[in-house]
Parts: sequence; C-alpha cells; structure tokens
Amino acid sequence: MRIALFVTCLADTMFPAAAKATVQLLERLGHEVVFPTEQTCCGQMHINTGYQKDALPLVKRHVRTFEPYDVVVAPSGSCVGSVRHQHAMVARAANEPGLAARADAVAGRTYELSELLVDVLGVEDVGAYYPHRVTYHPTCHSLRILRVGDKPLRLLRNVRGLDLIELPAAEQCCGFGGTFSVKNADTSTAMLADKMRHVLETGADVCTAGDASCLMHIGGGLSRLRTGVQTVHLAEILASTEA
Amino acid sequence: MSTFLGMPARAPKGVGHLRGDETFPQAARTALANPQLRRNLHHATTTIRNKSGRVIAELPDWQDLRAAGSALKAYTMGNLTSLLEQLEEKVTAAGGVVHWAADANEANRIVTDLVRATGEQRVIKVKSMATQEIGLNEALADAGITPVETDLAELIVQLGDDKPSHILVPAIHRNRAEIREIFLRAMPGVDPSLTDDPPRLAGAARKYLRDTFLRTRVAVSGANFGIAETGTLAVVESEGNGRMCLTLPDTLITVMGIEKLVPTWQDLEVFLQLLPRASTGERMNPYTSMWTGVTPGDGPQNFHLVLLDNGRSAVLADEVGRQALHCIRCSACLNVCPVYERTGGHSYGSVYPGPIGAVLSPQLTGVEDNASLPYASSLCGACFDACPVRIDIPSILVHLRDQAPHPRSEAAMMAAAAYTMDRPKLYARAQRAAKLARIAGRRGRGLPPPLNGWAASRDLPVPPAETFRDWWRGR
Repeated sequence: MRIALFVTCLADTMFPAAAKATVQLLERLGHEVVFPTEQTCCGQMHINTGYQKDALPLVKRHVRTFEPYDVVVAPSGSCVGSVRHQHAMVARAANEPGLAARADAVAGRTYELSELLVDVLGVEDVGAYYPHRVTYHPTCHSLRILRVGDKPLRLLRNVRGLDLIELPAAEQCCGFGGTFSVKNADTSTAMLADKMRHVLETGADVCTAGDASCLMHIGGGLSRLRTGVQTVHLAEILASTEA
Repeated sequence: MSTFLGMPARAPKGVGHLRGDETFPQAARTALANPQLRRNLHHATTTIRNKSGRVIAELPDWQDLRAAGSALKAYTMGNLTSLLEQLEEKVTAAGGVVHWAADANEANRIVTDLVRATGEQRVIKVKSMATQEIGLNEALADAGITPVETDLAELIVQLGDDKPSHILVPAIHRNRAEIREIFLRAMPGVDPSLTDDPPRLAGAARKYLRDTFLRTRVAVSGANFGIAETGTLAVVESEGNGRMCLTLPDTLITVMGIEKLVPTWQDLEVFLQLLPRASTGERMNPYTSMWTGVTPGDGPQNFHLVLLDNGRSAVLADEVGRQALHCIRCSACLNVCPVYERTGGHSYGSVYPGPIGAVLSPQLTGVEDNASLPYASSLCGACFDACPVRIDIPSILVHLRDQAPHPRSEAAMMAAAAYTMDRPKLYARAQRAAKLARIAGRRGRGLPPPLNGWAASRDLPVPPAETFRDWWRGR
C-alpha cells in the first residue's frame, strides 16, 4: 500500500526518531511511504489556543497537501484528532463549506499509527523485538477523540521480549494539553506529578505513548527528577527488531 | 414586521457570583499548594466517580438515555419562548404568580419585595445554584432579611462565611474537623461538646434546622426542572431538608433559570434516570418533590415563580456555546476533571466551577470578564464522556478561546508561527534554528515567559542533529 506520512511539526522538528521509526516500520511491513514536503503543521496549536483565523491557511495547506493520497498516517493521536474533528469546523467557521467538505474527505483517509496497523493493514504482530519493561500511557486524544481503545496495547503485547506493565489510573490526562502546559503551568505540573508517580509505581524502564507531545511533557518531568525512566514513542518500539 | 432589539444582555457586574477576583492560573496556584484541599478533593471526586461509574454500568441503555436527554434539551432550547409562555400559563392557572427577571438585580429585587410583603424577617432556603449565581443571600441580608441555607453542605458554607466549591457538594473542600470548628463557632445553640463524628455533626445540624423549619413562614428554592405542559416544578435532593422548605411554609418563592424547562411530564422519565446516576451515583435520589401552583389546604398557599435570564438569552444566541444551557447541574464533569480535582472549585471564581463552569460562566458574563476560564482545561475530553446530556464541553472551550481577548505578545507569536508554517522553505529554516535552543540547556535557564513556565518543572527536549525532513531528503 502507498501511504503518505503526515509527520506532525513536533516529530519533524524535535522528535524525528518517532517519524523515522514510522517509515521504517511501514516499509518493513512491505508498504511504500511517501513524504509530501509541502506539509508543515496541522494548525492544532492555533485552533486550541484560540487562533482559528491564523489556523485557516494551515488547514488549507494540509488539505491541499494530502488530498492526492488514499491513505495518510501520523504518529500522533492528537494531530489526527485535530484533522478529524477540527479542520472542517475551522473551514465552516470561515464560511468555506467547500474546504470543509474536502477537509472531511482527507480526514476520512487519515489514521493514527495504531489505527492504520490494526484497522487498515490488519496487523497486530509487527514482528518487533524490544527487551524492556514498558508501561503504556493512553493519550487523551487517541483515547477520547479517536477511540483507539486497546489497539496500541494489542500491538505491544505482540512485541517479543517486551514486559508490559499496566499503568495505574492510565486514562487520566498527563497534564500536557498543548499551550495549557505553559498557560496553566502549575496545574499542568500537578497533573504531571500524579502521572509520574503512577509511571514510577509500575517499575517500568520505559513509558510509551502514541503522541510525542505528551511524551515530551512526561519525559521532561521524569528527566528533571532524574528518575532514569525513558519516554519512547510507540512507533520506535514497534520499529525495533532483533537484528 | 419584527424589530431587532439588539443582542441580549449579559449578567451584570457588581452583583452575584459569576466573576472571580483573580485569574484561574493565579487562584489555582494558591489552591494547588493546600494539602488538605488536595486530599479532600481527590478523595471525594474519586469516591463519587467510582460510585457513579458502577450504577451507570448497570444500565444497558445509558448511551440512548444520554442521546434522548440531549435531544430533549435541544428541542427545548429551540422552542424556549413558546414553552416558557406555556409554563407561565399553567403555573398561573394553578394559582401561582409568575415573575420575569431579566437579570440578577431584577430577580433579587423581586424576591426581596415578595419577602418584605409577607412581613417576615427570615427565609429558609433549598439548595439552589440560581440563587447563588445572583447573590440572593447578600441582597436579602441588605434588606434586613436573614436567609438560612438548609442543605447541610450549603449550611456549612454559609456558617463558615465561605463560598461553595462544587455544584452538588458545595463543602467538598471541608473535612469533618473543619466542619466541627465551623459549627462550634457559628451555629446558634450548638452543643459545646460536639465532636467531629459525622453522625454527631449531622445531629447538630438537624437540631438547629428542625427548629428553624418550624418557625419560618417563607421559603426560597431553585428548581431542577419546570414542566411546560403542566406547570409543575421539581426539586431532587438527598436530605429531605428541601422538602421541609417546600411543604411547611406559607409562602414559597422559586427562582428558576429559563433553561431548566422540559416540555412534558413524560420527559422526566429520561432526566430522572440520568441525573441521580450521573450526579450522586445513586439509582434514584431519596427525595423528588413536585408541585403545581397552589393546592388549597396543603403546602404553601402563596407560590411565586421567578424566571431568570441573567445572560442566558445571550448564550442561546451562540450556535456552538448554547449547548451549555443543556446542563442539568449533575456535576459529573467536575468529578472526572483532572483540573478540577487538583484546583478545586474556588479557583474558577464563579459558583459554576469545573468544566461546565469554564464554558458557562464566560458566556453568562461575556468572555472578556472570565477570559482565563476557557483555558482552564487540558482538553482531555473526560467531561464530554461523563456528561449525561452529551454537552461537548471541549468544543465549546475551543470556541470560547477563539472569542477570548488574547495577550498581544502571544497573538504576535501565533501570527508569526502561522506565517512561517504556511511557507515550507521558511519553516525548514526555522526548524533548523530550533537547534539554537540547545543554548538554553535542558533546564531552559533564562527562557522568557511563558516558556519559563514549562522549564520550571520539565526539562527541555534536546533538539535533534537533523530534522525529519532533512533526513528524508538525504536518504
């Protein structure tokens, strides 16, 4: 299958390992990955911070860039959530019903990585090997906007050598929330403190998730406290092999 | 021919409790540092949401009930004018008197005048969000009338000269030791040997309230539902103190927000299943009181209904935001909210705290008066899943953020980011410049606000040697 990578601005700029892993994983499974270079950012930060007008050109760019492709994947529940639930809304608010319809069409072909693997490609065992104690944090937007359910866990359970430890109170938000993390830094940190406590309770070496943004926040806290626990994107675990 | 009367008014300033003195981040900072508050909130919200989750799981048609509740409220809002007129007609026909209050000042004046006309100096109150919203207790006190809250938690708040911090459990921020102190300090005729044993505390309140019930001839209530078809008002509660107020006095004055309507009696079938399970985690609440106007020889012989707007018509004018008026005040969204659980209700500065408060208060006052509230959420979506009438709170929050006044520096930064992101070559150069962030170090020393807020508790990620797109080009 020919799959277009929607890399997300954060993975592109700060966490390319997650994006590279997505490419390597899909290629290993026998698919062709293309990277439309006109893409930049889906506009979620602007939309969620109250700047829908500024986001409009970004929505237009995203729709224009990904319209030619049958299947689009992103290593992020949050960015796919924005494409699916916000792009058409921004277009409608700007009185552009044509753009809204096109945005909905692109959204219908856009998948978060675990959705693509399990629902579209029908794979739960991607042949990965990752010999570590791992706990999985279900990010809010993958859980409550995309409803990915246990797809990431099904993928992780099939990884050789991986010791999966259940995260207590897993479904509680980590406190990132985009610009919430700086606008309400104290509350965000209080939420992070509880998330970190639960991660540490598992005794895991690695905390994984499907969003680089939430992992940047959780990992930033774990690193500040010198816990030694690493944050690793789900794609990187699934891309790892024994060889 | 129709006449445009202008945009409906917002809730007026200087009266009631919809605006806080501090922004949410400022108030939250203080609350987060209070260990007692954090413990109480964590314990109470966890207990309620677990209990609620268990009884909701018993109903196979919960999702259908939510959809029905949402559809009924949408219908009600779409036909509000005619339904309100129908309610007025039915209440009047049943011997009640209906008053229309455009805002808090008018509602307070109407209620105060009605109490004055009875010649009484004291009123007993049923727990009511609407009267808290308009600051009725202060207005009555200014007129020399003593309001006595009879809901146990509201009584604790009133005696403690405090503010409610939860819609359903207004004293959620207090524990039993604090309640004992408040009772010993402020409850008339209290037994000085009172302990913090919960049955003893409840007993003290019961003794005080019984005496007050028997000696007071005017009651003020809110309403959970007003049925347009029959003119019936309904109050649901757990303690029975509300029923005392609704049945013992000669005069009953009910203040009800205009959005509390339901079209028909049968519609209660849906809401009386949704509300207790979402709210207290009970299958059915212990007391459901309903009354239609005046029944000769039984209950209050004078009944007044005050229909309150106070910004609601303005909310109704907003296509996205109007869903907030569907709220049945169950507080399920508070109990699942990770922000509320840590900051408590006072941080929101309004009688409506939590996720629903963050979308309701700014709309009632105008978003410029509560500009920090739409941002008091990580948009985690737990509130939407918990809401028994499916209010899409995260979408309203995003909508209100778009209307909120923005700091000039932030607006400039966002415009610059959007400009850059719409130009891939410029964007690629900016990405490479992100490497300069290494200068700030992992601790982000010397970063300007608001980025220093990040670095205060979280290390910065180390910028990669090359971006993904540079890697892609080179492979």
